This record gives sequence, C-alpha cells and structure tokens, in this order.
Amino acid sequence: MKTFPIGGVHPSDNKKWSKASAIEVMELPDVVNIPLSQHIGAPATAVVAKGDKVVVGQLLAEPTGFMSAAIHSPISGTVTAVDMQPNGQGLRQMMVTIKREGDEWDASIDRSPEIVTECTLSSKEIIDRIKAAGIVGMGGATFPTHVKLSIPEGKRAELLIINGVECEPYLTSDYRTMLERGELLVIGTRILMRAIGVEQAVIGVEANKPDAVQHLRDIIGDDKSIKVMMLKTQYPQGGEKQLIAAVMGREVPAPPALPIDVGAVVCNASTAVAVYEAVQKHKPLIERVVTVTGAGVKEPKNLLTRFGTPVSALIEKCGGLPAGDVRVLNGGPMMGRALCNVAMPVMKGCSGITIINGEEAYRGVESACIKCAKCVEACPMGLEPYLLSKQARKKAWEAMEQNDITSCIECGCCQYTCPANIPLLDYVRLGKQTVMGIIRARNAKK
Amino acid sequence: MANKFLVAPAPHVHGSQSTARLMGDVIIALLPALAVSVRVFGWNVLAVTAVSIASCVLLEFLVQRFLVKGPLTINNFSAVVTGLLLAMNLPANIPLWIVVIGAIVAIGVAKMPFGGLGKNPFNPALAARVFLLIAYPVQMTSFPAPKMEGIADAFSGATPLAAAKAQMVTFADTDMLGLFTGTIGGSMGEISAMALLLGGLYLLVRRVITWHIPVAVLGSMGIFAAIYALCALDGGATTLYFTAFHLLAGGAILGAVFMATDYVTSPMTPKGMLIYGVGIGAITMCIRLWGAYPEGMSFAILIMNSVVPLINKYVKPKRFGAR
Amino acid sequence: MSTLIYTIITLFAIGVVSALVLYFVAQKFKVEEDPRIDDVEKMLPGANCGGCGFPGCRGLATALVESDDISSLYCSVGGDACMGCIAEYLGKAAPKKEPTVATVRCGGTCEKRPRTNTYIGATSCAIASSLYVGETGCAYGCLGYGDCVAACAFDAIRINPETGLAEVDADKCTACGACVKACPKGIIELRKKWPKNRAIYVSCVSKDKGAVTMKACKAGCIGCGKCAKVCEFGAITIENNLAYIDSTKCRLCRKCVAECPTGAIKMIGLAPLAKKEPTTKATEPTAPAAAATVKQVENKEA
Repeated sequence: MKTFPIGGVHPSDNKKWSKASAIEVMELPDVVNIPLSQHIGAPATAVVAKGDKVVVGQLLAEPTGFMSAAIHSPISGTVTAVDMQPNGQGLRQMMVTIKREGDEWDASIDRSPEIVTECTLSSKEIIDRIKAAGIVGMGGATFPTHVKLSIPEGKRAELLIINGVECEPYLTSDYRTMLERGELLVIGTRILMRAIGVEQAVIGVEANKPDAVQHLRDIIGDDKSIKVMMLKTQYPQGGEKQLIAAVMGREVPAPPALPIDVGAVVCNASTAVAVYEAVQKHKPLIERVVTVTGAGVKEPKNLLTRFGTPVSALIEKCGGLPAGDVRVLNGGPMMGRALCNVAMPVMKGCSGITIINGEEAYRGVESACIKCAKCVEACPMGLEPYLLSKQARKKAWEAMEQNDITSCIECGCCQYTCPANIPLLDYVRLGKQTVMGIIRARNAKK
Repeated sequence: MANKFLVAPAPHVHGSQSTARLMGDVIIALLPALAVSVRVFGWNVLAVTAVSIASCVLLEFLVQRFLVKGPLTINNFSAVVTGLLLAMNLPANIPLWIVVIGAIVAIGVAKMPFGGLGKNPFNPALAARVFLLIAYPVQMTSFPAPKMEGIADAFSGATPLAAAKAQMVTFADTDMLGLFTGTIGGSMGEISAMALLLGGLYLLVRRVITWHIPVAVLGSMGIFAAIYALCALDGGATTLYFTAFHLLAGGAILGAVFMATDYVTSPMTPKGMLIYGVGIGAITMCIRLWGAYPEGMSFAILIMNSVVPLINKYVKPKRFGAR
Repeated sequence: MSTLIYTIITLFAIGVVSALVLYFVAQKFKVEEDPRIDDVEKMLPGANCGGCGFPGCRGLATALVESDDISSLYCSVGGDACMGCIAEYLGKAAPKKEPTVATVRCGGTCEKRPRTNTYIGATSCAIASSLYVGETGCAYGCLGYGDCVAACAFDAIRINPETGLAEVDADKCTACGACVKACPKGIIELRKKWPKNRAIYVSCVSKDKGAVTMKACKAGCIGCGKCAKVCEFGAITIENNLAYIDSTKCRLCRKCVAECPTGAIKMIGLAPLAKKEPTTKATEPTAPAAAATVKQVENKEA
C-alpha cells in the first residue's frame, strides 16, 4: 500500500465513537452568526444590512477580489446586525447576525432528491458556479476552490486527487459523507475533472476505511477514469503534499511551489459533494457534515449542520460537555483549534468538534530535550523541529529561514512524538509566522 | 458554565513516549546481558552494578539538589541508565571504590557540569570508563576468569582482544561460539554478543533506536576487518575468522548497540548517524590494529561524540520536495 | 647531552616558524579600524541590550564614529551624560533626549478582569497572542507570560503574581525599548520620565467599544471622553474608543484621574487631587526638549 515518503506518526484514530452514526440533520438554529471570513484570503464584503429580509441561499456577502469567497444565508429571516462578534478564539470579527423566520429557500435552488448525473457545462461555467456558490476546501484549510481550479497560464493539470483520507484522528465527517453520499461525490469528481480538463482522477482513502473504499468502487463500477486508491494509514496523509506524494510519487517542491507544479489538483471529498450540489442543484454552500466526538461525549454524532449554528448547540445535541476541564476543538486533535468560546458558529472549514476531557486534556510537563531525534524522524517535511524550536526561542529568525521553516505544514507530528513533552510546534509555528512576515515585508519592499 | 476550557495550540494529543519510558526500555534491553554476566561471573556482578547505579543516581540527586538547585530529574531513569552502562563496561572483580569514582566522573564531570541530561557532549558512562582505564589500568584490565563450570578457561584473565594483540592465539583457534554466547572473559556487559543483540532487537522493536548507528558501526568494522585481513593476512578462511572475531570480541556490540546510540551524544539525522557510525567503526579498528590499546570502542565513540555538533550542523535531513 | 641540544634546537625552530606564520597571517588578515571605535565602545555602558537598534554597543560605537551627524543615534542606557561625553570626544554635536521609562498600560488585574479559560500552551505571550484572545475576554490586555521579562536585560520588569500583570521598576529601567518590542499586544510604551518616577497614564489599550471593554474588564478605558474634556493642556485624545495622554503635554494636574469612571487612568507617586484646588502649581515639568520628544510619539505608533 502506498503512503508518503518520509516521517509521519500513528496516533490512535479513535474514529470508533462516531464512525457508526449515520448523518443526522441538525435542527435549525433560531439565531445565526455568519462570519464574513470563513476562508483563506480577503474577508467577503457584506451586501446585506440590518433589517434586510433574507431567504436560504441568498447572497450575504460577495467575494472581495479573486482570493476570497462568497457567503450565503443558511437560514431565512431578518438580518439583525452586521457587527463585530467574538469567534471561537474570542477574537472579534465581522459577522452577519440573522434571526430565523421559518425555512424559506431561494427559488433557484433545486431541492428535489433526484440525482442529476449529466453535466455538459464548460470548464469556465463550472468554475463560475463554484465561485458563485462560495465553495472552499472543506477539509479545514478553506482555500477557495475556484482559485484552486483556475489553472494558471502555462501550467497543466494531469490528475485530480479527491482527498478522502481524513487522517485526522476522531473525525468521521468525510467518512460518513463517502458512505452516504458516495454517488454525489463521484458525480462531483467528474464535474471537477471537467473543470480542470483532466482524464484521470484518484480518490485517496486510508486503509482504516475499507468499507468506504469498497462502496466508492461499487459506485464507480467500470469507469476507468476514476480510481479509488487505498493508502496506508498514517498521519498526516491528508496533507495536500503528502497525499500527492502518496498517490503520484511526486514531491511538491518547497514553497512558493504549488501542487499544480507537479500536475496535481487536490480537493476534499466533502468539497466534491458541495461541488455537485452547486453545479447540478444551484445550491450554494450553506451547510456541512460536522462530527461531534470525543471520549467523554455521550452520543457522538455526525450532524448535517447549517453554518452559523453555535457549536454549543451541537454539543448539547450530543449530550453536553463532559464534567471537568475540557479542551473543545474546532477540528481534530492534531490540527484543530482550541475554543474558548463555544458560542462560535459552525463555519465552512469546521469538519468536527472534538472534545477532549480528563487527563488527556492537559499537557505533559516539559522536560529537557534528550536529542532523541524522534521529531526529525517524524517530520513529514524533512525538517528539524528540535532545532527550529530552539531557534524560535532565541528569535533567530534568519537561521530558521535558512533551515526551511516555510516548508512546515504545522501537522504537529513533532510535538506529538516528543518524549520530553516539549511544545515544539508552539515555537516552530511562532517562528514560521514571524519568518513569513519578514519575507512578506521583504517582498513588499522590492 | 461549570466546565473550565483549556486552551493550547495544536496538537492536542500526545504519543505514549516519554523520556522515562525510553530510559526504562534501555534498562530492560540490558537485562539479558546482565543476566549472562551474573551467570558467568557470579553475584559480584550485581554488587558492582548496584553500586554503580546507586552512586550515579545519588550523585545526580545531590548535584541537582545542592549545586544546581534546579528541578529534580532523577525520576527519568537517565542516571540509572548511565550507572548501568558504566557497570557494563567494568570488569566484574573491580574494587567497589573504583566504581564510585567512575560514577563521580560520569555524573559529576561528564554530565552535570554541562547542564545535565541532554546537554552533555560526551557519553558519561564512556567518559568514566576511559578515565578509569587511564587512572587504574591494572584493575581495569585484569578480568576475572569465567566461573561457569565446564568452560575451557581459554585466556585466564586476558580478554580475547588483548590476547590477539599480543599474538597469543590465531584466529582460527578462537572459540567463536563462546564469544557469541558469552563464555569468554571481558567486561561485565560485553561478553555475550547474543544477549546484547537480543537487547538491541528489543530496542529496535520498541523504536527506541533506529538501525542506522548499530549497522553503520558493525558494518564498517566488518568491512574494515575484512579488507585488512585480505591485504595483510593470508586471506581465505582467515578473513572470515578475523572479521567475525572483531565483530564479536570486546565491546563492539555493546558499543554499537548501547553506547553509540546514546541519544544525547549521537547525531540527529539518519545520514548523520551513518557518518557517525562509520567513523566509530573505522577509528575502533584503527586502534585495535595499530593502537596501544587492545580495544578502541570507547575512544572511538568519544572521538566521534566530539564531532556530533559538527555533523548536526552540516548534515541536514532530505527535505520534502528537494531534489 | 646531544639529545638536549637537539631538543632545544627543534623547539626553537618550531617556535620561529610558528611565529613567522602567525606574523604573516596577522598581516594578511589585518583589519584597519578606527581606534576611536574602541574608545567610544568603552564609554558606552556595555549592556549590549540592542536598545539603540544596533546589535551591540560596538555597533553603535562604530556608527557614532563613522557618521558625521549623530543626532539620530542615542544610547538610552547611558543617557544624556554618556552621549555628551562621547560627543565631546568625537567633536560632534551631542544628541539629547528627554529620559523616558517603560510603562505597562494595562490595569486588568485578576480581580478586575475575570478569567474565562485556562491557557496551557507554551509560556509565551507571542504564542498565546497569535493563538487566541487570551485567558480573559479582553483581546488587548496583558497576558502575563512574561515575554517582556525575558527581553529585559536590566531585570527591571517582572510579572506580579498577584495581579498577573507586568510591572516596571522605574529606577532600574533604562528605556532601551526591548520590552516594547517584545510585547505582542503593544501595551508597553516609553513615556516621559518625571522626577520621583511620577506618572499619569491611561492604563488600558483596548480599542473595543465601551460596553465590550466593560464586560471583559472593570478597569478598562471605555472611551467616554470625560478626561479629554477636563484636560486644560490638550494632552488627552480619544481615538478608537480609547483615551491617550500625551506625556509630553501632560502637566500632571491630576484632573483627569478624578474624572475617570473606571479608574483606567493611573497615577504614580502623586496624591489624589483634593476637590476644588487650583491645579496650576502641581508640579513643573523638567525642561522638556520638544524636538527629542517627537521620538516618543513615533515609538507609540510603531
């Protein structure tokens, strides 16, 4: 079985809790807060104002420039505020607050259960629809999909890779999507292939989800253009560069090189389903499957949730927070962000809410580095985390840049594996942010 | 809300490895060699080991408590490992006061003055051993004869390497099986290649060490020996004997598997580990063949320890995406 | 006997050869340097704090010797006296600066600013700050993990365990600005140093709206503007829901302190103002050098 060439760790996947729960539809919230920045790039610009009536699927905010994404209303009702509200990290950002009245949908959206297989649109039409629907990468990176699909001049895509790896422990939203919405995923894949003009697509799935692999293979049948590839279970296989290396055996060079430089375009499995809905059903991105899971969660679930629903409502639906001190994460335990505010709305990149309680919620006590080299062994980018972290503490930014800090994908393998409990990634990430800032400033000067 | 929210940057889970567990694994891996040693040399082995471990731990405790006044780290077992490894490098009949002096050198000179665990440039156990070898050459090189019944007392006190150096034996005569199973004299821990390899296998399986250093050390020693035998000796079967002899005799396997792989004093990258291992192998063979001492493993490892910072600086892992 | 002679001859020969090698190498790699740089370096305090913007004292010394106009170079550790000596030695016009002191502008003590969560990441303000709002509801306040303490080369700043806030020891502070740069929240400002370390400043940098600030912290500035109205010297400005007292214009009259509804304006070394007392004679400022104080305002904005 294929996998990426260097590094990686094997955390226990803990998908058992939510794996078997079929996707449930989450109740509509009474009030939603819709952040204008749910993607990488410029925040969207609001086109509604306080007092406006909106319906489901109506445009709330339009993209600001190319590297941005549109945002649509997930519920129908009245806009009560366009204001700064605290996000999951407690930081204030611009959000549109809507009070719900019923559930009235925009007339252009096809809500029939029928599956529309045929797609005869041109590449540009498909990308335009995806852009209009505000689709972003739903694996967590939230990179605007229309930007990814717009192949730059002089480059050519050879292969579309659908990321069904879901290497992040605990999370099962992509897994349930593949099992329950596999048909839509495959049609979405075909549409994406059309959009970027490739003949071949690979759906990469890790070996811990054999039923998903079989299910997708059954759906695809004789179609030779789409292949489902079972990959060895290893974190961070779902990282874009790692997945390309596993599937194609090609390594994307160091930044600023992009996957397209090795002829690959990678899209998340849930994104492919969203693409189907956008292109075939005119349905903008207004909801997603969110896994709510954790050892202390009473009823772990996979919930089809409208954006803007407060995370606290999802947690309540699954039996509430376990007693004691908890770490509530937006995302999985390896790359998710800890929340200090559970009133945070569910957003486009929110693949799961992981709740860690008990002993595990705490960090181990840091001790001296014994130079065991396990971080070097675990780093999937071939970096030296022990060194970078030391340099970051000394604020040796230039040295960090020379040691290729910009290649770091912040996967957390180094810190996960460190026997001395050193917060390697905390410092490495700080260094990366600082060095990126220095590079940007330098480039701006030129 | 009754819950307290804990906030930290990702990752939010941690693997099961800890410093104490890694050190514990090294101790477990050394147990077979210790057992063979007890079987061969008698209970005295345990006395030496106990004194060595106890004085190392006590010394580390005293230094941290009264000199450094920092947090106590003796519960991570690193001092236990140092003490155990030091004992493994001593003859079974060594006076116990020398063991204590060794512990003082290991912890008090080679480890703590540099900042304790993780900061010492030289392997503490080896630094102590070399110190004792130079300070007390007689006690350090008079090995007791194996006490087991039914064993031909081949060298009566002299190690096979010393015997070979003095050209007392021909290689074809050497009891290779004895070297492998540990019935021939030497330092406490180094006599049984089989027990050491078993321990090494355990360390590999538990992912405490990687294959790079042991394979590089033993591989380079083997190749070196083979080339020497082909060029300087009469070739043929002697080559085979000569090579096997050098791999099995003395501290080759103990050094390659347990001493050279010491985390703190070995390189961080696989490529660096290979360079380091080959360096150790080559220097060991040079000392064995042309040096004044019959065994060169300790010196070779210490010499290569000093090169480690340089290796870490210049030997980088292959970056993802680099050509 | 002959052994001894050979030994002496050999050693002598080695010595001569080595000396020659050393001599030629020294000649070849000799770096011509202005000897005044050494002298100036000796005159500087030798703290190597980097507060002047150069990597160390030698860097500043080189710059002082090499540039004709040294008005933009200054060692705040040595102060005017030190710069005066150096300028005299070099025969250049001495740069002057009013003494300043680092001031921590946050009054959100544990009691005034309730904790809403517990941070368990690496102990670093920069890391916590880039991650999230912090342990309280205020996104602007002092985090208390001590990046400033780590940056201070003079042991002049510490985290008070009771308040959880950074505190400056004004007598030890040399105004090198290391803490100003280290604070990711931009809380620390170099403000004019009055005699006896007296000071009046707004101990808050929150730009949130009044209601939001109030919810997060009882000691925050809510931008109500009362202080600005009573100030007779035009020293107080309100911008982004936040009052700012320009330390070069303030005369320490204390009127604003009495007005502030949240107690965000902090007073050090001064008795509270008795009601209805003429305020003109409160304290006279020590000869302010207007040109030099411009720098402070720049510091604040940067």
